[in-house]
Amino acid sequence: MDQLIIAGKAYSSRLLVGTGKYKDFTETRMAIEASGAQIITVAIRRTNIGQHANEPSLLEAVPPSQYTLLPNTAGCYTVEDAVRTLRLARELLDGHSLVKLEVLGDPETLFPNMVETIKAAEILVKEDFQVMVYTSDDPIIARQLEEIGCVAVMPLASLIGSGMGILNPWNLQIIIDNAKIPVLVDAGVGTASDAAIAMELGCDGVLMNTAIAAAQNPVLMATAMRKAVEAGREAYLAGRMAKKLYSASPSSPVNGVIASTGIQATGGKG
Amino acid sequence: MIHTEEMIRLTINGQPHHFETLTNVTQLIEHLELQGKRIAIERNGEIVPRSQFSEQFLADGDQLEVVVAVGGG
Repeated sequence: MDQLIIAGKAYSSRLLVGTGKYKDFTETRMAIEASGAQIITVAIRRTNIGQHANEPSLLEAVPPSQYTLLPNTAGCYTVEDAVRTLRLARELLDGHSLVKLEVLGDPETLFPNMVETIKAAEILVKEDFQVMVYTSDDPIIARQLEEIGCVAVMPLASLIGSGMGILNPWNLQIIIDNAKIPVLVDAGVGTASDAAIAMELGCDGVLMNTAIAAAQNPVLMATAMRKAVEAGREAYLAGRMAKKLYSASPSSPVNGVIASTGIQATGGKG
Repeated sequence: MIHTEEMIRLTINGQPHHFETLTNVTQLIEHLELQGKRIAIERNGEIVPRSQFSEQFLADGDQLEVVVAVGGG
């Protein structure tokens, strides 16, 4: 059985999804169910003191008993904030150590600050966190993150929330070809074909949020993404045919074509 | 406002709060009506394990962070 193994745990789904930007928790729950995802990202934020005491909580919609929750450090711009956030997350989730690290460097582009990300990863790995790390698509940085002891590297396909798709498949390919830990595209996927392309490249999985949550019909898009990730994975495993730039090759027999003109046809497509 | 010996000033999630009767974290949680909620607490940069909520005594000037899980990607 083809499974995604992260930090020694097997998952049948290679699609990881976020829980942000949905209109309510019902939509969150329905989209996540449709996606088939087993690993779900959540953010850690200050609670509202003295307000909305009885408002529903996210963890009622996506219970930790049913999903592997992946707390993130979204919005953190320093090593200290990222590390403190994940220590709080571990306490919040009863000692759960699988986390998504991101240390941002710029509020406009949300590009990761890789110098700070590496420092934070070193601290977290020493504290026995299992770190899935958001990274730029630099193969050398990805290698360093693996050497530090991260359990997965997650290069961006394009900017967070941009839906611009995979802008540099060549860099992703180099990262995939060299990594011994899972490589997941995180950020930038806009539609199903983007997810399929990531998987066809050989990515071990895809993490997305906005592509589903900001679709006109998030639940239907979640289904599309599930199929795209599965289709892309199967195409990768099947091994695609070689590309032939200049020589066409007919699928149908070359001989026996009826010909009234005397010109020998050469088959044709289909 | 009268400052008694027992009054403690806490900063909770960046906001100043004043309490007269609080002593430990469990009482703080009840005061904030957060009992039964899945929360995590950091006190002066250190995690307060749930098992120690009733043993951790608050002091004037403490900085507390009280967090929950919310939607995110």
